[in-house]
Amino acid sequence: MAKVHVTTSVNGEETEYLCEPHETLLDVLRNNLQLTGTKEGCGSGDCGACSVTVDGRLTCSCLVLAVEAEGREIGTIEGVGDKEKLSVIQQKFLEHAALQCGICTPGLIVSTQAMLKDNPTPTEEDVRYYLAGNLCRCTGYDKIVRAVMDAAETLPSERGA
Amino acid sequence: MSEAQDYKYIGQRTIRPDGFDKVTGRASYGADLSLPGMIWGKTLRSPHAHARITRLDTSKAEAMPGVLAVAVHSDFAAVSDEAIQAGEGSANLIDLASNILAKNKVLYHGHAVAAVAAKTEALAEQALALIEVEYEVLPPVMTALAAMAADAPVLHDDMFTTGLEETPDKASNIANRVEFKIGDVEAGFAEADVIVEGTYKTPTCHQGYIEPHACTVRYDEDGQSMIWCCTQGHFDVRTSTAKLLGMELSKLKVVASEIGGGFGGKTTVYQEPVALILSKKSGRPVKMVMDRDEVQLATGPTSASHNWVKIGARKDGTITAMQGKFIYEAGAFKGSPVMMGCMTAFTPYEVPNLYAEGFDVVVNKPKVAAYRAPGAPQGEFAAEMAVNELAAKLGMDPIELRLKNAAKEGTQTIYGPKFKRVGLVECLEAARDSEHYKAALAENQGRGVASGFWFNVGGQSSVVINMNPDGTGTIVEGSPDIGGSRASMQMMAAEELGIPLEKLKPIVADTEMLAYSQGTGGSRTTFATGMAVIEAAQDVVRQLKERAAALWNVTAEQVDYADGVAYNTAGEDKMTCAEICSKADRTGGQITGRGNINARGAGPSFAVHICDLEVDPETGKTDVIRYTAIQDAGKAIHPSYVEGQLQGGAVQGIGWALNEEYVYSPEGKLENMGFLDYRIPVASDLPMIDTVVIEVPNAFHPFGVRGVGESGIIPPLAAVGTAAANAIGTHVTELPLSPPRVLKLVQEKG
Repeated sequence: MAKVHVTTSVNGEETEYLCEPHETLLDVLRNNLQLTGTKEGCGSGDCGACSVTVDGRLTCSCLVLAVEAEGREIGTIEGVGDKEKLSVIQQKFLEHAALQCGICTPGLIVSTQAMLKDNPTPTEEDVRYYLAGNLCRCTGYDKIVRAVMDAAETLPSERGA
Repeated sequence: MSEAQDYKYIGQRTIRPDGFDKVTGRASYGADLSLPGMIWGKTLRSPHAHARITRLDTSKAEAMPGVLAVAVHSDFAAVSDEAIQAGEGSANLIDLASNILAKNKVLYHGHAVAAVAAKTEALAEQALALIEVEYEVLPPVMTALAAMAADAPVLHDDMFTTGLEETPDKASNIANRVEFKIGDVEAGFAEADVIVEGTYKTPTCHQGYIEPHACTVRYDEDGQSMIWCCTQGHFDVRTSTAKLLGMELSKLKVVASEIGGGFGGKTTVYQEPVALILSKKSGRPVKMVMDRDEVQLATGPTSASHNWVKIGARKDGTITAMQGKFIYEAGAFKGSPVMMGCMTAFTPYEVPNLYAEGFDVVVNKPKVAAYRAPGAPQGEFAAEMAVNELAAKLGMDPIELRLKNAAKEGTQTIYGPKFKRVGLVECLEAARDSEHYKAALAENQGRGVASGFWFNVGGQSSVVINMNPDGTGTIVEGSPDIGGSRASMQMMAAEELGIPLEKLKPIVADTEMLAYSQGTGGSRTTFATGMAVIEAAQDVVRQLKERAAALWNVTAEQVDYADGVAYNTAGEDKMTCAEICSKADRTGGQITGRGNINARGAGPSFAVHICDLEVDPETGKTDVIRYTAIQDAGKAIHPSYVEGQLQGGAVQGIGWALNEEYVYSPEGKLENMGFLDYRIPVASDLPMIDTVVIEVPNAFHPFGVRGVGESGIIPPLAAVGTAAANAIGTHVTELPLSPPRVLKLVQEKG
């Protein structure tokens, strides 16, 4: 089967790859582009470990075909924060010990960033429902919810600064 | 002891040293390594629960372009009938080999039959379809009770029940019987005014780690073979794989990647030895990554159980006897944790007459693996439910009943030792005095409390601390870090060395860089590996004193060391750790501290949980509305990660109690693979999980650590079960309390 040539943008960088028509965006991110920060937990859109944004919209990359990325803007965990400094969300996850094994963490951080863009002042219930698609088996979610609430409170003052 | 001491680092909420990599996606997990020339392995699995393999022909798959190797059971070296250390128990080598590639029978839906390595994952998948297997399908046995029936189909015709007075001459599905007792239960029941008894059932459920099993391996003829994998114990992966392939330990390096959850389920091998066979045959590095269905079909789970419990007490609440018969499913091969179930079920109580009998039974389900306090939640669920029934029957508060009979220092346990100082009474008092326990409940709401006991273990850990010429150091340990343990190691070493945390970098070394270390399990890492870290740090301090003494021309005894500074007690001199390290070349070479230990004296950790549950009588839906987890940590090295263990254990237990179960068809096919149908708790299912960390120090650990990983999964089963029973006004005897079962209980109540 002939491979398909795709031109897309990943974390703001123009990126080209060849992929099989059946391959998912997750496969290509991990295996072709070596962006292994995006994780596969289930391959069926149930766990959220592979969360990315496509044109700013939160998506499970295991449910998107790699060819569908043509002309889009893809955002992954590798694009969160900058070279010098962690983002507020990343920093709050560390301060609140909101991760144990860490496998769900990239997906949760990408989801949290997407949520706070849509809803900068979430209630605890908002957070719990928005992140209900990101499974974590280690923490019981308590410290994750606290980290996200703290990040939401901190971010406006950062923006104002 | 540690209670009175002021520590600089112990007890602080520091930022974990591996945190940056984990929030940026840089941390490398089981599936994240690729090697030049690497090919992909895939596994063919049985569609049947129980069948004889009458024909297995891999020739068409081998002939397919792009396919480089095929592996079947006969590729294993001739292994002996030998037990090896695997995770929190032992495993028989023949069983292990027959589980990871079926020998002549398949024993569960999803049992691996063959594996293929091909240039791409897709080609490997296609090649699986070319493997020809013919099965003679046999009737499956899907529950322990069915498996114990006299006329049940037998899984292994060479399995004869052990642990009986006489070994039977007829093969059966009952692998083993165990028995523990103290006193005389019949006499104890005769003294009782009140007796409760009941049968309690728990389902098969999975550890549910988010990261599927994954490995990348490279076989080399020159003796440099390598396995990279996500495991709780890479030294045990080395032992198992080397035995299965007939290799010497020094010819196999196992590297523990970062691990995306394990909970006991990553203490054994599945794909690793198979991948190494494929690599040997193909001459190429091989990567194998399970998909979620494979994880559910062929790894984990924990034992379903069927347990009968009887308790007798006097009118004043004094328990006179406790008795139980515990039947645990082992899955396809012997080795359920029923012995641990017998040892733990009644251990939160000081009772003179105890009797526990356990049966290890094989069924056509995947071979069980350890799951957080393996064996304890099932048995303690039965005992704790019965204790709550007893409290109701006596008209006593369930915490007061527990306090009246609580195990404490000097209590004789059913499994042998008498307790040293333990913190159950402190946990119960904290529960009784909590605001939560006094809070009012509304209509359709109920409250449940339960205790949990787990031994915790010690064992072998090896640690070296290499000091650098600038005074920084590397802590080299061998316990895979699943939940932040590197932070604890860093804190304990910094405390001993008196130098800032950031001067010390903890790493998990591969099997070539360090002597054998037992895996991360049994809540042992902060306790046992922590003791090895402390010993290695003390070894560094001893050498720092010697080096300073040499520079000052005094004896080492004349040097004091405190807060990272050496003092000459015979003069005015002082030197920092960094200054001594910078002059190490002049005093005999660089400094390495070593702590290779076999830790004894693990301290039991008791837990007490309170659960408030609301039941919707129209739909059977339940909501946990308030939850408090109380547990004795001995000493919380890093309080946030200790709280995290309590919260995570509580939520796994809530999932076990409310939703999680393997659903099989009558033919024995698993019907609810995947996270949509096997539903673990999500954020919107839960409230905050309040924690109370009790610190009754363990005298055997320099800082008082007990270990906190496991006890927290035990109480939720009976706390949630009792809360549901109280909300509905009925009795609960079976988990999970999924909406259909709850609705049925509501309707039966009328």
